[in-house]
Amino acid sequence: MTLALAVDIGLALLVLAVAGWTLAVRDTFAAVIGFVAYGLLLALIWVRLASPDVALTEAAMGSGLTGLLLLGAAARLRGAKTSSAPPSLALQWVAGVLCALVTAGLAAIVLRLPDPAPSLAPAVIAHLPDLGLGNPVTGVMLAYRAIDTLLEVVVLLPALLGVWSLALDRYWGGAPILRHPRPDGALTLLAQVLPPFGIIVGIYLCWNGADQPGGAFQGGAVLAAMWVLVLLAGLTEVPPVSRRGLRLLLVLCSVVFLVIGLAGVGFADAFLAYPAGYAKPLILTIELMLTLSVSVALGLFIAGPPAKMPS
Amino acid sequence: MSLALDTFTTIAVLAGAFFFLAGTIGLLRFPDPLTRLHALTKADNLGLGLVVIGLLPQVAWPLDAIKLIAIWLMALLAATTVSQLMARAARDGGPTI
Repeated sequence: MTLALAVDIGLALLVLAVAGWTLAVRDTFAAVIGFVAYGLLLALIWVRLASPDVALTEAAMGSGLTGLLLLGAAARLRGAKTSSAPPSLALQWVAGVLCALVTAGLAAIVLRLPDPAPSLAPAVIAHLPDLGLGNPVTGVMLAYRAIDTLLEVVVLLPALLGVWSLALDRYWGGAPILRHPRPDGALTLLAQVLPPFGIIVGIYLCWNGADQPGGAFQGGAVLAAMWVLVLLAGLTEVPPVSRRGLRLLLVLCSVVFLVIGLAGVGFADAFLAYPAGYAKPLILTIELMLTLSVSVALGLFIAGPPAKMPS
Repeated sequence: MSLALDTFTTIAVLAGAFFFLAGTIGLLRFPDPLTRLHALTKADNLGLGLVVIGLLPQVAWPLDAIKLIAIWLMALLAATTVSQLMARAARDGGPTI
């Protein structure tokens, strides 16, 4: 017990130290590396808090994918002139005091929570058998707050349009370029050996999400990572963004989700309600589509705006 | 028997921790990227390998043991590739993405 406590305190101090270092360091690349390390440590903390679902999401999305996007942004910004002059001392103080106030407020709220803290977890567990699922997180994501998840899926599309709209006029409808400048033997070997295992892990995470920690977003992130690896090694190229099949894959989940949701108006009680007895197959269908759409969307986020003339 | 296995686990994990410590000291103390990478590979290969070998008697055979070995192999593969890329980038001068 005391050993576990020592590990927890050590982890917490380490996270604080890495967070402070990430803020203090002036170099963009170093800050991004600090952010990735910070995310991995946070994932460990979520494991210690017995929340493997959150830990998986933090490791895959918060640390891995966001870190990769930030690295790409840092690489693109390298040539640009960075901030001309540091903000004035008064402004730094105001920002510091405001941040400290927010932290103090959050700490006060958390410390004043009644013990045990109010929770809807027992209600979720009690109604889980109605859905036929074993993982309460998936139940909450795709049944009790399905509208939030639907919006999270749909918002990926305007976000991707935002990335694409950064393309030059002549490249509109062309393909993004994502390639290591000089892919060599080691990278090629990794891109040939790892994807078969990674694809299995991605499908496993998605399929397993119904009953155990995992889910479509985590599975999709792993699949996207495998795609990006193959692209980086130059073994294949990003398809042009005007390709119909690609766009179909992107909107697949939103459309299926909306159709199932609208069908709920007729066959169940409300929008996004599942008819009794059909909850699990419908949820699994949505999860499968979600994995496909999310993996394609995440890969295209990393690939960036089109950078080649449409053929 | 279990005492012997526990002793084996303790010795192997401690030896693994030693290589991690040595690799970290090398990372902090060595002068240039290539020697720092050289120090890090000791932590990945020997350190993680010894920790995994040490933990094998403590987990259920076969699934958990295979998972541990798979994690070690994946880490080896990823670390080898990344150090190749970093070494090449360091040789050619400056970071490349």
